[in-house]
Amino acid sequence: MAELANLALTEDEIVRMTQDLDGILGYMDKLNELDTSSVEPMAQVLYDSEETATLRADVERKTLSNAEALANAVVSGQGYFKVPRVIEK
Amino acid sequence: MNHTVDSIRTDLLAKKVSAEEIAREALKFAEAENPKTNSYLTFAPERALASAQVVDRKIAAGEDPGPLAGVPIAIKDVIVTRGLRTTCGSRMLENYIPPYDATAVIRIEQAGGVLIGKTNCDEFAMGSSNENSAFGPVRNPVALDRVPGGSSSGSAAVIAQGTAVLSLGSDTGGSIRQPASFCGITGVTPTYGRVSRYGLTAFASSLDHIGPFSRTVRDSARLLQVMAGRDEMDSTSASAPVPDYVAALDGNIRGLKIGVPKEYFDGLASDTSDLIQAAIGKLQKLGCEIREIHLPHTAYAVGCYYIIATAEASSNLARYDGVRYTKRSDSAGTLQEMYRQTRDEGFGAECKRRIMLGTYVLSSGYYDAYYLKAQRVRALVAQDYAQAFAQVDAIVGPVSPFPAFRLGEKVDDPTAMYLSDIYTVTGSLAGIPCMSVPCGKTADGLPVGLQVLANHFSETTMFRVADAFERVSS
Repeated sequence: MAELANLALTEDEIVRMTQDLDGILGYMDKLNELDTSSVEPMAQVLYDSEETATLRADVERKTLSNAEALANAVVSGQGYFKVPRVIEK
Repeated sequence: MNHTVDSIRTDLLAKKVSAEEIAREALKFAEAENPKTNSYLTFAPERALASAQVVDRKIAAGEDPGPLAGVPIAIKDVIVTRGLRTTCGSRMLENYIPPYDATAVIRIEQAGGVLIGKTNCDEFAMGSSNENSAFGPVRNPVALDRVPGGSSSGSAAVIAQGTAVLSLGSDTGGSIRQPASFCGITGVTPTYGRVSRYGLTAFASSLDHIGPFSRTVRDSARLLQVMAGRDEMDSTSASAPVPDYVAALDGNIRGLKIGVPKEYFDGLASDTSDLIQAAIGKLQKLGCEIREIHLPHTAYAVGCYYIIATAEASSNLARYDGVRYTKRSDSAGTLQEMYRQTRDEGFGAECKRRIMLGTYVLSSGYYDAYYLKAQRVRALVAQDYAQAFAQVDAIVGPVSPFPAFRLGEKVDDPTAMYLSDIYTVTGSLAGIPCMSVPCGKTADGLPVGLQVLANHFSETTMFRVADAFERVSS
């Protein structure tokens, strides 16, 4: 699970995490007391509004400059974010 | 500082004081007091003085300086500010300088508000005590050995301490209401979508809100007034018209039907329960009709909330990968190592716990059993409120099962800490407006908040109840 979450956990962290998650997941099993077979899942808070209420006019607008967008990059160069090599020659 | 939004406006227009003088005084006082509570992470003197000077120039020119003219305001450090460090309480972002302002911040400054600093919080807004901040705990100004609540801890503490007049917090499952209750001030979670989240660092997108803290109900209403309304930069922001909240605050709530959920009094500490009951008695004396109601799925709300919130968090926090946000592990060779080691070094224990939990409930084989199940239970919790609001105008109850606890008292039991969110996560799941207003102190002198909840977009009703109560309780 740590690999899927992209976390490098230490042995100590894994022991503690297993214990904590067991407790929390055990508590979450309480939801199985409810029969929800006829209930639609709620993914978002919804209320009445016009169909296109969430769309703005499709017009060009100013965005962040390349330099601003890269200002917090750890390593950048030639206008790009740089990462460790992933394809060998 | 005992200022309110209205008192500052009166003083400015009468030319008794300038906005620049107020800003200088506020900054000086806040910097001097901060070591007691560790509430501010960053001060913004240049920005504050520039905003104050704009207000002074407008007043000198006879122009309207705006509804928040000259008011010193602190911003929770999960809300981005252009050119001003925004850490989210995390090592991951300790050097992050955002390239843009959140919409809420833009609206506050356009209204004449003076941003004086950024406040400490639980890492990525995950926590109920500020013990998860990478920059040390915040102390409760009312009792320094106790927690201020969380996760908007610093924003609540600065109001209680008097080092800001208004502040902004964020609330996903109670992170505004619970610290407001613990610190004895007012805190408001508006309807989901009422305030744009553009520039609010995402924790759980279907639950995140921005909302105000203040010492009076009226001041929170003034701040919400400025921030509320449609924003093109946030497609989830609501286009419903924004009413005049303050105009409705006349203290008269005679005839309002107020629901008291039976389920909100199970497992409540006795001193908290006594104060809430006394508050209900006061509302009855104000002419409200008190009705017992039922919210039968309350007991399932915490489990439901922590599945949905951690699932969304695990996905939202995937962006902190060592590429775009200032921090990368020095020891990483490959791309995969860069991701994993950066995240291991950058995130604290609670963040990792929630990322792991969220990854688990979304993973293949468990998605239906946990995530989808929780979404169905969420619909039932929301339905409880819909049925209640067919009978009553507002609901009142406690915010937290107990008042502020001691630092360190609950850090070793995450499940117990999660369970204490029982009365706040319910309203969050339904997306309804809810707030905490002070309703007295326990025998130990610890503040207790009364929670007021109303139907979607019925902030006016919520404010009317809280304001009328405040008038008779202070």
